[in-house]
This record gives sequence, structure tokens and C-alpha cells, in this order.
Amino acid sequence: MRRYFGRKLLIYGLTFFVAVTVNWMIPRFMPGDPVASMVARANVTRPEAVAAMQAYYNNLFGFDQPLWQQYLNFWAALFRGDFGLSIWLFPTPVADVITAAVPYTLGLIIPSVLLSWVVGNWFGAYAARRKLLDNTVLPIGYVLTATPYMWLAVLLAWGLGVLAGLFPVAGGYSFSLRPNWSWDFFLDLLHHWTLPFLSLFLVALGGWAIGMRNMIIYELESDYSTYLAALGAPARLIRRYAFRNAVLPQVTGLALQLGVIVAGALVTEIVFAYPGLGSLILNAIKNKDFFLLQGTFLFIVLGVLIANFIIDIVYVVVDPRTRAGMAGANA
Amino acid sequence: MTALQEVAPREREGVRREALYFAVRNGKLVTGFAIVFALLLLGLVGPLFVDASPNEYGPQPMSPPGGEHWLGTTTFGQDIFAQFVHGLRSTFVVGVIGGGIAAVIGMIVGFVAGYLGGIVDEILNMLTNIILVIPTLAVLLVINAYLGIRSVLVQGVFIGLTQWPWAARAIRAQTFSLRTREFVDLARMSGSGTGRIIAREIAPNMSSYLFMTFILLFGGSVLIASSLDFIGLGPTEGVSLGLMLQNANQWSALQLGMWWWFVPPGAAITAIVGALYVANVGLDEVFNPKLRET
Repeated sequence: MRRYFGRKLLIYGLTFFVAVTVNWMIPRFMPGDPVASMVARANVTRPEAVAAMQAYYNNLFGFDQPLWQQYLNFWAALFRGDFGLSIWLFPTPVADVITAAVPYTLGLIIPSVLLSWVVGNWFGAYAARRKLLDNTVLPIGYVLTATPYMWLAVLLAWGLGVLAGLFPVAGGYSFSLRPNWSWDFFLDLLHHWTLPFLSLFLVALGGWAIGMRNMIIYELESDYSTYLAALGAPARLIRRYAFRNAVLPQVTGLALQLGVIVAGALVTEIVFAYPGLGSLILNAIKNKDFFLLQGTFLFIVLGVLIANFIIDIVYVVVDPRTRAGMAGANA
Repeated sequence: MTALQEVAPREREGVRREALYFAVRNGKLVTGFAIVFALLLLGLVGPLFVDASPNEYGPQPMSPPGGEHWLGTTTFGQDIFAQFVHGLRSTFVVGVIGGGIAAVIGMIVGFVAGYLGGIVDEILNMLTNIILVIPTLAVLLVINAYLGIRSVLVQGVFIGLTQWPWAARAIRAQTFSLRTREFVDLARMSGSGTGRIIAREIAPNMSSYLFMTFILLFGGSVLIASSLDFIGLGPTEGVSLGLMLQNANQWSALQLGMWWWFVPPGAAITAIVGALYVANVGLDEVFNPKLRET
């Protein structure tokens, strides 16, 4: 088990190192002169912002210093939590802008991921080898996984929001309200949260259902299932054993899908103008706010790494082989 | 995505004829490919029949679908059908380039790691795992934001460069199970080099698997490209289905009730990717006798 976690942590550490290095490299090794083009394209009218930008870029890129020095400085700034100042919300530090947006994104992603995983697996396991259900769950599942996140979001916003008028289609809360701890505000928050959540939940649902269905069929064909059936075990019991085995690859699958889910959450937030990281990225791109963009990038990578590690811990809990030090999960 | 099983080596000619026999009788495969080819054809031929260039402003803004504009027009009077057929082209280009590059890298890494094993495998596997964990879209966001001028081609290349890890892992696992077979040992004993063994003995025995991997990578590339376009990092010149969705969202097509602006591009992406997934299941059944429904 120690080896298992050691190996995982090594990979995550290296991943973070690579991500930071890539983040450092991209502005430096892209064709063209980044400082000049960024300052020109930023189109900021406030002179103090332009001056700060130039100073910041020159300071951060530090072209007078050797490359290795620039690289070390980059890491040092990172450990101080210094991601630079946002151009878009000048002069708020990027770290502050991001921490204000993160709760919204997490509040959207965590429930939709967990619920879609549980419900999807349940549907898939139930549908496998049941002709009628299988013929409905499977096509719906394929259509849902193939749907671009933003398109389903747009359709839901149009159908349930604009046409039916049941839900608001923009923002994290009503503009007439100020964020506070009152019950009214919470209900309003929930009201705005429903559609983005539903859209994320539905798209992810299809993939889990299909994956689970395939795994269950695979397990039901294996020797132990045949043996159990030959012993006269009830079908329910065999299915339960199959489910326990089939869930393991789905846990690994969750880790693999995290990147896709985060991407989906970002575009969904953009559709609903939800004040999370997705809207931050959109504004960062619109305003050529590269500090904000790169800060958000590192934040997302860090979040995905932490989520991966949590899933690894869950895997140890659900798969006894990893605890016994056997090669249960080399993945 | 689907649980694939290795295909046992058999006589090639017979296998091919048998596969074709089951392929044309497989509803999923035929339907899936039919949808993809119909849309591909529309993308290839469509632009020839449309006079308006896709981004040209027209005199009739916001008109619903009708005789003159088959799919209506945007707020700026641009013809949506013209955008749609041109957008289909970009979608297929991104899919082929992104999926192709990812498949090639995935194959090289997967074959080499799986066949050689040992320290090479350790290093390549580590590299694969590292890139696998980094969220693809986040990397593409930063790269594309720094690219001043973006084209469909460059977008496809970068998507390909970031999307290969899961393919490499899958191919590595397959190669691993093939490399200890007798026919591989035989080839090694008769003095074939590593490259030759991979190309002549291992790859052909998992050609169906490789093809299915490419299909999934193609679908993945299309989806990632549409997300990038939607965030506003799509090609700076030209049209794509994702850009159409972005424009519709940006210019409040939702609030204005202009459904003809945002329904067709999303439906086309869903149709292409969904059809590919379904065709993939069909292919799986064709190549894997255990899954065939009789």
C-alpha cells in the first residue's frame, strides 16, 4: 500500500512539475514577442494598468535574467501564492479572483459528478442483459455522451428557461440580491444552480451507464458467474457479485474522466454565465488577461490532481487487493 | 470505453471475408457509418451549392428557416446553412488531424512500451500517466490563447498532441498480451528487428482494435475542438460548428428565440460523435465473435 501511494504521489508530483513548466514555457517559446503583443492586444485604456502590465510582464519574464533564473523565480512566486494581478479586474490579485470563483465551480461539479456516477452505474447495471431496458438505456446513453456539454446546456436553457420560464438562464444569483447567509438567498442560489447542474449531470450520466452495462455483461460471462449459476445461486446474488467487480474499473474511469468533466463544467458555466472558473476563463480571454488564464490553469490542474488522489484513496478502500500489497491497481 | 478483448490471430484472408460478412449485416455499424458519411458528404458537396460565403453579412437578418435561407439567418443576416456546411468541413478536418496524430503517437508509445518492456516501458508509462492526468482542455486553453492567429489545422495538431495518452495505454496493454505469443517468438528467432516485428506481427493482429481507437480519438477531438471554439479560442478565420454555437450564445440567440441558430450545429456534432460511438460498438461485435448477437 505504501508503494502504491508512493508511486501515485510521485506521478502527481511530476505532473504538477510538468504543468508548471509548461505554463512557464508557453509564453516564452511561442512565436512572436509576447510582451509587445500582449500589451498591444490588451487594449487597456487606463494608463496605470498599461504601466503595471508592462512592469509586470518585464518583471515576470525578466528578460535580462538568464532562463534558469526566470524559471526559479517563477516557482518562487508560485510558492508565495503570487499569480500576478488580474488585468480584467485590475488591481485585484489573480489568486483572490480565483478563490472567489472556485466555490461556484465546486458546487456545480461535485454533486453532478457524484450523482451522475452513482445513478449512471445503477442504470447501467440494471439494464445489462435485460432486453427491453437495454434497448432504451443504450441508445439514450450514446446520444448523451456524444452531446457537447454546451449544446445540452443551451437546449435546457432554451427549453426550461426561456420557453417554459421555470428557471433563470443567467448568473449565479439574482442581481437584485447581495450574497448573504439568508434563506432567501440560498433558495435563489439553488434556483440558479439547477439548470447548470442538470445539464452536467445528464451528459455525464450516459457514459457511466454504458460503461457499467458493458462491464456487467463482461462479468456475467466470466467463470465465477457461470460457476455460481451452476451451483444454483439466485440471479440477484450473481448480479451483486458482478456489480462489485464491475465497479472497480468505473472508479478508475472516474479518475480518467475528470479532465473531460472539468472541461464540460467550464463551457456549461459560460452558457449560464455562472460565476465560476468557466466565466473567469471567458473573461480572461476576452480581456487578454493572461495572468488570470494561467493562474486558472494551474488551479484546475491542482484540483484535478487532488481529486485523483482522493479517488486513489477510495480505490484502496474498495479494492482489498491494493491493501494486501498485491498488484490490484497498477493503473 | 468498451471492454475490448484481444483478437486471436487467424488466417488473414478468411478473417477479412468473415468480418465483411458480419459488417454489412450489423445494424449499428451500418447506421452509424451511414450517418457519418451523409454528414461528410454534405460537408464536401454542400459548399458547392451555396453562393453566400459563410461569414458574409446579408440583407435579411434574423429570418427563420425558409425557402431562401434553408436554415434561416443570424442577427447579421449570415446564411446559417452556408455556415453549417462549411462548419462540417472544419469538424471533419479537426477530427481527422487530431484523431490521426493522437493515434500515431499513441501507437508508437504503446507499441514500443508494450513490446520492449523493462526500463523503456517504465519511462514511457510514467510519461503517459503524467500527461493523462493533466486536463487536456486547460492546456489547450493556454496554448491557444497565446497563439495570435489560429487555424483549424493548428487546432487539430495541438489536440492530437494532447489526446494520445489513453490510446497509448490501451495499445500498450494489448501489445503486452501479444508479445509472448509463439508467432512473435518465431519472428524474433528468425532474426526480425523490433520495428519489423511490431509492424508485421503485432500491429496487424490488433488492426481492428487500432481502428476503433482511432474512431474514439476522432470523436474526442471533435468534442474538444467544439469546446475550445465555444470558449472563444476557435479558428480566427473561417467557420466551425463550435464557433456557430459560440456566436449564437454571444449574441443572445437564446433570449431572442432564434433556435435555428444554435440547434443545427449542436445536433450535427452530437450526430457525428454519437454515430461514431454506435458504429464502434458495431465494429466491436464484428471483430469479436463473443459479442455477436445471433
